[in-house]
Amino acid sequence: MTKSMGSDSSTVIERVERGLSRRYRAEKRFRLIGVGAIILSLFFLVILFGDILIKGLPAFSQTQIKITIFFDPERLPLDKLESADFEALVKSGLRSMFPQVRGRRSKRALYKLVSSGAAYELRKRVLHNHDLIGKTKDLWLIADDELDLLLKGDIARVPGGRFNQQQLDWIEKLERDGNLRQRFNLNFFTSGDSRDPELAGVLGSLSGTVLTLMLTFLLSFPIGIGAAVYLEEFLKKGRFSDFLEVNINNLAAVPSIIFGLLGLGVFINFCGLPRSAPLVGGLVLTLMTLPTIIISSRAAIKAVPPSVREAALGLGASRMQTVFHHVIPLAMPGMLTGAIIGMARALGETAPLLMIGMVAFIVDIPKSFNAAATVLPVQIYLWADSPERAFQARTSAAIIILLFFLILMNASAVYLRRKFERRW
Amino acid sequence: MNRIRYSRRTHKQIEYVVKCLLLACALVAVLTTVGIVLSVVFESLHFFAKIPLKDFLFGLKWSPQTAIRADQVGSSGAFGVVPVFTGTLMIALIAMLVSVPIGLMSAIFLAEYASSKVRTVVKPLLEILAGIPTVVYGFFAALTVAPMIRDLGNSLGLEVSSESALVAGLVMGVMIIPFISSITDDVINAVPQALREGSYGLGATRSETIRKVVLPAALPGIASGILLAVSRAVGETMIVVMAAGLSANLTANPLAAVTTVTVQIVTLLVGDQEFDSAKTLAAFALGLLLFIVTLLLNIIALQTVKKYREQYD
Repeated sequence: MTKSMGSDSSTVIERVERGLSRRYRAEKRFRLIGVGAIILSLFFLVILFGDILIKGLPAFSQTQIKITIFFDPERLPLDKLESADFEALVKSGLRSMFPQVRGRRSKRALYKLVSSGAAYELRKRVLHNHDLIGKTKDLWLIADDELDLLLKGDIARVPGGRFNQQQLDWIEKLERDGNLRQRFNLNFFTSGDSRDPELAGVLGSLSGTVLTLMLTFLLSFPIGIGAAVYLEEFLKKGRFSDFLEVNINNLAAVPSIIFGLLGLGVFINFCGLPRSAPLVGGLVLTLMTLPTIIISSRAAIKAVPPSVREAALGLGASRMQTVFHHVIPLAMPGMLTGAIIGMARALGETAPLLMIGMVAFIVDIPKSFNAAATVLPVQIYLWADSPERAFQARTSAAIIILLFFLILMNASAVYLRRKFERRW
Repeated sequence: MNRIRYSRRTHKQIEYVVKCLLLACALVAVLTTVGIVLSVVFESLHFFAKIPLKDFLFGLKWSPQTAIRADQVGSSGAFGVVPVFTGTLMIALIAMLVSVPIGLMSAIFLAEYASSKVRTVVKPLLEILAGIPTVVYGFFAALTVAPMIRDLGNSLGLEVSSESALVAGLVMGVMIIPFISSITDDVINAVPQALREGSYGLGATRSETIRKVVLPAALPGIASGILLAVSRAVGETMIVVMAAGLSANLTANPLAAVTTVTVQIVTLLVGDQEFDSAKTLAAFALGLLLFIVTLLLNIIALQTVKKYREQYD
C-alpha cells in the first residue's frame, strides 16, 4: 500500500507517526493526572486519619500519682461526711511526701500536681466504705492535666513555662520513686463533661447521642417507609406526585443548618418545647434524615418485581395485603440499609443541633428526652473551642469514638446489603 | 355470606384508614418544607420591618454586634449582607477549585481506566471522605491545616490570617471531592458505549475519546453536579464556623479572614438572646437568603440532571 502511494505518502506517515507519539504522550499524561488525583484524595484521607489518631490516642491513657492518704477521723466526722473536706486529705498526703516544702506559694505549686478530681475520688470511696476512716492507704489518684501533658511529652521540661524548677524537681522525684504511672483512661468513658480536661468524659454526650438518635430512628423509619410505600404503591402519576417528588429531592439538598432554624422557629418558639433537649434534637434530625430514608426506601420498593405483586393480587389479596405481606418484607433489607446510612449522617450532624441549644455545658448524664443534653459531635465542637491544651487530645479521642461508631454503622449497612442482596 | 360482606366492609374501612396514614407520612415532607418557609419567612418579615430590605441586600457593612443597643438599630446600618455573602462565595470558590479538578479526574480514571479490582477498593475509600462528619473536618482545618498554612505563608513572607478563607476553602474542597466524583461517575457511565466505540473506530486514543466525546456528552450532568456541590459548599456550616473568621471583611484576598452566611447564623443564634432583637432576627433573614440561594441552585441542577438522564434513556 505504501508503494502505490508513492513518495508523497512517506511524509504523511511520518506526520502521522510524529503525531502519534505526541498523542500517546498526551494519553500517558492524562492517565497520570487521573492516578495523581486518586492518590491525592487518598493522601488527604490518610493525613486526616493519621493526624487524628496521633493526636487522639494519648488521651486514652491518663497519668496517676501514688499518694499515701491518711483518712483522718478528725477531718471526717461521720455525721457530716457528705460535706467533709476531702481536698485537705489529698493536700496533707502530698505534704507528707514532700515534708521539706514550706511556704504558701510552694505548697500551692505542689497541690497543683494533683487534679481536683482526686478529692471526689476519695469522697466516693469513703461514702462507699466507712471502714476506711482512720486507716492509711496508698492510693493512685488522678494527676493534673498539665502534668499529664508533660509526661506525654507535649509540654517541654523547661522551667519557666507551665512548671517552675521546683515543680520539675518534684516530678522527677515522683518518677524516680515510681509514684507516677500511666493507666487506661477509664474516666473518659464513664463521666460527663468537665471544665478540667483530666476529668472530662464522653459518657454524657454519648448518652445524649443515643437518646437523640433513638428518637430519630423511631420516628423517621416508619414515617419514611410509609411515605415511600404511598409514593410507590398508591399514588397515581400526576401533578401531585411530581410535586411531592420535587419537594423530597429538594429537601434532601437543603443545608442542615436550615433545619436547625426550623427547629428553633417551630418546635421551640412556636410549640414551646424545651431547649437543649434530645426531644427537639430528635425531631429536627428526623425531618433532616427523612428525605434520605424516603429516597432509599423507594428504590428498595421499586426493586421488588411486579410479578410478586401480581401473584398476590391474583390470589385474592387486597392492595394493602399485597404491600404489607409481600412488598415491604421483600424490600426491608434495602430500606434498613438506607435507614442506617441516614442514621450515620444524623450521628455526625452538628449544625442544626447548635441552633436548638444543644451546645450547653452539661455535666450530668442526660436520662430523659426532656433533659438538657448535648451530642458527641457538638461535644467535639465545644472541646475544640476550649483553650486548655489537654482538650486537644480529648477532642481527637472523641472524634476517634465518633468515627468508630460511624464505621460500625456503615459496615453493618454494607453487610446487610451484601447478605440480603437479591437479583430478581 | 353476610359475614363475608360484613368483614369485607370493615376491611375496606381499615384499608382506607391505613391509606390515609400513609398519605400523612408522605405529607410530612411537604409540611417540613412549609415549616421551613414559614419559620424563616415569618421571622425575616419582623427583621425587614426594622431594617429595610434594600439596606440588607446592598449594604456593604455587616456588624450586628454593635447593634445590640436599641437606639443603634437601623441607624447604624450594620446589616449589609454583601461582605458576608462575598465571603461565602470566596470560600465556596476555593472549595470548587480544589474539588472539581481532583474529583473530576478521579472519576474519569475510575470509570474509564481503572480495573474493576482497583475500582472496588478505591471507590469505597473515597466515599469515606464523604462520610466523615463536618465537625471533624472543622477540627482538622482549625488545628492542623490553619497553623500549617500560616507557617508556610510566614516563611514565604506573606501575612496569613489564622482564620483565612484559604484554609476553610481547602478543607471544604477535600470534603466535596467524593461528591463531585460520584456524580461525575454516574454521568460518565450514563454516556452510551456506542459513542465511545465510534470514537475508537475513528482512531482516537482513550484520552481523546474522553476529552472530545465523553466529557462533552456528559457536560450538562457534570455542570449540574457542580451546581449541587456549590449549593453544599454555600450551606456548609461546621468547617467555616471552626476555621473561618467572624468579622465581615469585603476583600478578595484568600489569605485574609472572611466570614460566611452560616457562620453568622450560628454566632447570632448560639447563646441566650432576647428573641425580638434585630440581631437574632438577622439570623433568620440570613437563613432565608441561604434557603433561597441553595433552593435555586438545587432546582436548576436537579432539572438539568433529570432532562439529561432522559436524553439517553
